[in-house]
Amino acid sequence: MSNEKPDLRAVDTTHGSITEQAQAAADDARVGWEHFQQLMEEDKRVEPRDWMPEQYRKTLVRQVSQHAHSEIIGMQPEGNWISRAPSLKRKSVLMAKVQDEAGHGLYLYSAAETLGTSRDEMYQQLYTGKAKYSSIFNYPARTWADVGAIGWLVDGAAITNQVPLCRASYGPYGRAMVRVCKEESFHQRQGWEILYTLSHGTPAQKQMAQDAVDRTYGPALQMFGPPDADSPNSQQSMAWNIKRFSNDELRQRFVDMIVPQAEALGLTLPDPELKWNEERGHYDYSDLDWDEFFSVVKGNGPLNHQRLAHYRAARDNGAWVREAAAAYAAKQADSSRDSALLSA
Amino acid sequence: MAKTDPTAAADHIPDGGVVIEDPADHSVWPLWEVFVRSARGLSHVHAGSLHAPDAAMALRNARDLYTRRNEGTSIWVIPAAEIVASDPDSKGGYFESAKGKAYRHATYYTQSEGVPHL
Amino acid sequence: MNSAADFTSQDSATRISVGEAITPESLGASSDPAPEETARYALLLGDDCLILAQRLGHWISRAPELEEDIALGNIALDLLGHARFLLTYAGSAWGKSEDDLAYFRSEEEFRSCRLVEQDNGDFAQTIARQLLFSFYTYELYQRLVDSADTTLAAVADKALKEVDYHQDHAAQWLFRLGGGTEESARRMQAGLEAVWPYLEELFADVEPTAALAQQGIAVLPSSLREPVLHRLRTTIEEAGLRVPEAKGALGADRSGRFSEHRGFILAEMQVLARQHPGATW
Ligand SMILES: [Fe+2]
Ligand SMILES: [Fe+2]
Repeated sequence: MSNEKPDLRAVDTTHGSITEQAQAAADDARVGWEHFQQLMEEDKRVEPRDWMPEQYRKTLVRQVSQHAHSEIIGMQPEGNWISRAPSLKRKSVLMAKVQDEAGHGLYLYSAAETLGTSRDEMYQQLYTGKAKYSSIFNYPARTWADVGAIGWLVDGAAITNQVPLCRASYGPYGRAMVRVCKEESFHQRQGWEILYTLSHGTPAQKQMAQDAVDRTYGPALQMFGPPDADSPNSQQSMAWNIKRFSNDELRQRFVDMIVPQAEALGLTLPDPELKWNEERGHYDYSDLDWDEFFSVVKGNGPLNHQRLAHYRAARDNGAWVREAAAAYAAKQADSSRDSALLSA
Repeated sequence: MAKTDPTAAADHIPDGGVVIEDPADHSVWPLWEVFVRSARGLSHVHAGSLHAPDAAMALRNARDLYTRRNEGTSIWVIPAAEIVASDPDSKGGYFESAKGKAYRHATYYTQSEGVPHL
Repeated sequence: MNSAADFTSQDSATRISVGEAITPESLGASSDPAPEETARYALLLGDDCLILAQRLGHWISRAPELEEDIALGNIALDLLGHARFLLTYAGSAWGKSEDDLAYFRSEEEFRSCRLVEQDNGDFAQTIARQLLFSFYTYELYQRLVDSADTTLAAVADKALKEVDYHQDHAAQWLFRLGGGTEESARRMQAGLEAVWPYLEELFADVEPTAALAQQGIAVLPSSLREPVLHRLRTTIEEAGLRVPEAKGALGADRSGRFSEHRGFILAEMQVLARQHPGATW
């Protein structure tokens, strides 16, 4: 909040002394807090100018900006295949899909901006490597089948995560998620369709598809975050309705969905323990490799460095363009002011 | 002070988003709010925000971003900083007056029930 | 839980729809096979769009700002659409699909102009290339809508509306870079200089185009020279930049003197498809 304008009311003494002002502010905050609590209890929406606890604001900015960063970095693994897509139809689909992800990043940055953090600030956090984004994008998309596996599993996991967030307590976030989810539904389907075609193609294609699913399955399941027991902040986020289901609940829901989808593909999921548990009414699955997960989060994934370097290069190479457009706008504004003066 | 008063912090944020323009950084583009008319006969509705160096580019960016799926027949863009918003805080009584005035609504008048075309 | 109904029932400012327009698929299914010469013409036009789309696609995730990632993506998608129409139609003459033509022709068999094969360079050079190509195609399609070949006319009608936006996009950036900072003006000028030598090729009356123009099917390339140049000059001067004086580079006949870039472009574009000949994707 370092760029905040000074609060003019604090120096406006026409309405009473400074202490009275402070008292009034405290009263405001109390009323605001009660109002906020009520909104939470009634599962209603908080809007940008409402009073909200600082921690709620901070948590949201972190969550929404991380989500935005994931969309942006997530453009790279698939973007890598636009030039080599094996048919013109697939090339169009992929281009539209990767472009959508840029849009998702943009919608989410906008939502975070309503909380008082500028997009530029968030860019800086990503640029300097301080911000986190989804670990899965630090893995390479080595073959064309990865494009399919990413669409099916990565976008699929994202949708599972995001659909409940359409009802997030923060209005702009929920609205951004609605727009994102509408667009995501095509992403998952196109990915599944790529795998289906490969799976029903030549033996080499089928192998390519199976390999990609084998590679992507674990990291995709880890997109829901660490097991509930290791996820200390989840409780608060759920109380605030900015997280609707726990990590493990969502993961389970996702596993239950993809098992039949994998069968329909004619591909297997790389977990020998995966089986239906009649009692639980869910599929059981093996523990995931969380050591690897945390290692990637810490920056040691196969491509952490490359992803960030790609992002930085784009920002650096574009700096002169952004500057030029801003300078042009300033000149235009000046000259229209001048001509207004002349005609006055 | 603003730093310790969360309500004050919120006051500086227009509904569309925060407008932080650092005069030292000439490459940060301002924030715009986008309104889209999805079909003839309907109003423009707030679709979202974007950044653009000026109005002409804001309009084009809005077209590229918010009407990729045939969502629009017309677009408005407005600098987020230009939006004047009412105090949304429900603790204020700004919208209280509008409540409880059932006589403004047709449903208030029940005598005519069953009378055709009334 | 994951069904579309879960979120589409919720409030959303705008409604999405497909919108009615011709598609490469519908065109492939409906139109009569192209006559041989017309097919060769469609191929030449389509190759330009395909190569430029390929070039522009590279910008996605690399543009100067997120909004521009999306803008360039839209233009690339439009161009790819045009390429697919034209290649589909061309292929109908020879029983070939758009993909047969895109992925299984060699460098010698492509007919793209050298302008679209030029490197992206920096953003200014990409804008310069966009400016030239979009101004050219705008004038071209404006005339091609009257083609005696109804398929070409229909494609031109769709493409014209999209290219109108492309030229606006290019011109807007030309103004901003030309009138922005000293650095941007320098780069924009350099961008124009870099692509200008390849403008002339667009106006060469090659065959079968010239013969088809006689029959009212194609647009005679040389007839586009004046209108395109005139509008380019005016726009460039309006942007405070100099119209390059470079002469057209030799070999401006789309014959076989393609650029050195072409091989690299095709190698990348075709690599996967060629590893699996006959495969479906
Ligand atoms: Fe996304
Ligand atoms: Fe997606």
